[in-house]
Amino acid sequence: MNVLNFDFISQPIENIRKEVICGVVGSGNLEVLVTPLANSENSKFIIDTSVTGFDHIWEAVLQDFSSRYAVGGLEFKVNDMGATPAVVSLRLSQAINILEDESHG
Amino acid sequence: MDNSHIQQSFYEKTARNRIASIVDKNSFQEVLKPGSIPVSPNLASLDIVGSFDDGVIIGQAKIQNEPVYMIAQEGKFMGGAVGEIHGAKIVGMLLKAIEEKPKAIIFLVDSGGVRLHEANAGLITISEIMRAMLKVRNAGIPIITVIGGTNGAFGGMGICACLSTHVIMTEEGRLALSGPEVIETIKGVEEFDSKDRALVWRVTGGKTRYLLDHVDFLVEDDIEDIKQGIVEALQQPAVDLDLDYLQQQQAALQSQYDQWFGEKDSIPIWQSMNIDNPESISMLSAQQIRAIKKG
Repeated sequence: MNVLNFDFISQPIENIRKEVICGVVGSGNLEVLVTPLANSENSKFIIDTSVTGFDHIWEAVLQDFSSRYAVGGLEFKVNDMGATPAVVSLRLSQAINILEDESHG
Repeated sequence: MDNSHIQQSFYEKTARNRIASIVDKNSFQEVLKPGSIPVSPNLASLDIVGSFDDGVIIGQAKIQNEPVYMIAQEGKFMGGAVGEIHGAKIVGMLLKAIEEKPKAIIFLVDSGGVRLHEANAGLITISEIMRAMLKVRNAGIPIITVIGGTNGAFGGMGICACLSTHVIMTEEGRLALSGPEVIETIKGVEEFDSKDRALVWRVTGGKTRYLLDHVDFLVEDDIEDIKQGIVEALQQPAVDLDLDYLQQQQAALQSQYDQWFGEKDSIPIWQSMNIDNPESISMLSAQQIRAIKKG
């Protein structure tokens, strides 16, 4: 098990005060829990992954995500069981979609 | 595009989506939300990544405006296996029901049984779930179990499922004690060929469990159908678990055992139940199977 921590500068997200969870910790998949932070300048990532040796890939994928979306002021906690970079990006985008969708309970 | 002909599969949904699609819109209030409780320390000590909800989601909701408790196991996380926190969440929800008296507890089972990584803690928690389920039934609150997920209900969860007031199954759901691969490993492929999927489903699947009276409802793998099964089960009176009832059940099982012990497949059993074309059972819809049972 490998725990990674990242902080990136990102555009602040507006008026989000709820938590979101999506995905499942299954083979080749991950779950992500999104919670609001007090500081809105940065996006924070805590990655718990079963795979070692891919720290720079995580960094690249999460940096790309933080520049693509306004996620400043959000913390992403990830439990990962060997998801590929594409699946990681997909789940994170999905979390943002759910977060922005008011109708979602 | 018109997607109305595509059924809403229960089997393919995650536990969270199963709850959301069954209960009244936006009525689900999760208890012990992800992030508010620790992840499994037993998995962490084995260097295995845990899950925020430890593979089970619990909470309160409404179904057709009736208050119910929901428990849903996530089959994709470690096969829905029951670990220490996972089990404690289920037990807690069951015991809370005795105080708060919801209309029913809906238990969406999807589990291979005990999480072996958590060894004794997992085994103990299974027995705690069993005891709590019996307490809930003694308090007059029905437990409606749905088996229709990828892992079915095996091992300890197979026993727990059978302690429910009502069991609703789909053909895809499976219910048994030892899993097919366990039987094959211990008794050999002549006893049970776990690779023969048709055989596995004929022996453990929802259709045969329904025909043998081991479960009360057989429905299609469709959210609407399952919801209707739950609503029907909610309307049925809960049977008292008294000595007479248990002896009746025991006698019924004994007579099945006497009649069919040693059969290697369900087809000869269906045949001796005087079902026409027993080979065709696997191809029939849930509705057609219900019609056969009613005669």
